[in-house]
Amino acid sequence: MTTAPTDLERPASAEDAVVDRPWITIVWNDPVNLMSYVTYVFMTYFKYPREKAERLMMQVHNDGRAVVSNGRREEMERDVTAMHSYGLWATLSKDD
Amino acid sequence: MAVYGFRRGVTGRIVLRVDEVEKGLLTALLTQLVEFVEPDGELPDDPLAQLVGIDPGAETPDDPALARLFPDAYHDDPEAAAEFRRFTERSLRQTKVANATTALQTLARSGEKVTLTADEATCWLGAITDLRLALGSRLGISEESLEELAALPDDDPRVATYHVYDWLTFLQESLVQSVMP
Repeated sequence: MTTAPTDLERPASAEDAVVDRPWITIVWNDPVNLMSYVTYVFMTYFKYPREKAERLMMQVHNDGRAVVSNGRREEMERDVTAMHSYGLWATLSKDD
Repeated sequence: MAVYGFRRGVTGRIVLRVDEVEKGLLTALLTQLVEFVEPDGELPDDPLAQLVGIDPGAETPDDPALARLFPDAYHDDPEAAAEFRRFTERSLRQTKVANATTALQTLARSGEKVTLTADEATCWLGAITDLRLALGSRLGISEESLEELAALPDDDPRVATYHVYDWLTFLQESLVQSVMP
């Protein structure tokens, strides 16, 4: 019996296609927070699977920043506040 | 210093193993952290402002360490950042005080093995992060300066702070590995 890993990108859900998501939360690189901790925060707060959390963490590390969530402005304000309470450097902005 | 740090015990509980000297150092650091981040000044008499925790006087801190702990939420919109800060900074400060206070309470338990609940471990993660951010800012830590700091001569005034920072890094890594889902 083979148990093939299914590491395909998950298709966007039907909800994603219709909901307006004009704002984004950006996490910025900083020289203090540990890579493992940043991964932990993305897994714990956003409930992202490890692979996605690690990919975003590496993007922050290598590119200096990564978009970690998108949605309505109030939702992004909530995410940014949460990132600040974890000690991550985050901002929100309009996605344009 | 410590070779133990945090570990996940066989029962799944997180255990911090520290000797008396380390306990004293952590207690001093966390106490300073509480003083550093606690909201300064009373809220205005407006009962509505008090109810929702609005702080009309909140501004981007001049101190770089505080500015890192309480960053602007809008990168390129100072007005929106200021508005957001008035509504959120006080409660963010209270969260950070609560994390450090919980960590202090667990240290007050007797013995060299401090057993933590999951919630207490989460508070420790936040408190050590804030300590490292504050000390890292004081040390001027950057991707480039880490090697230089690690090789400081013993008579450099930054040596003691760097050693504490480095120890906290070890503790944080051990804690993250212990709580990682």
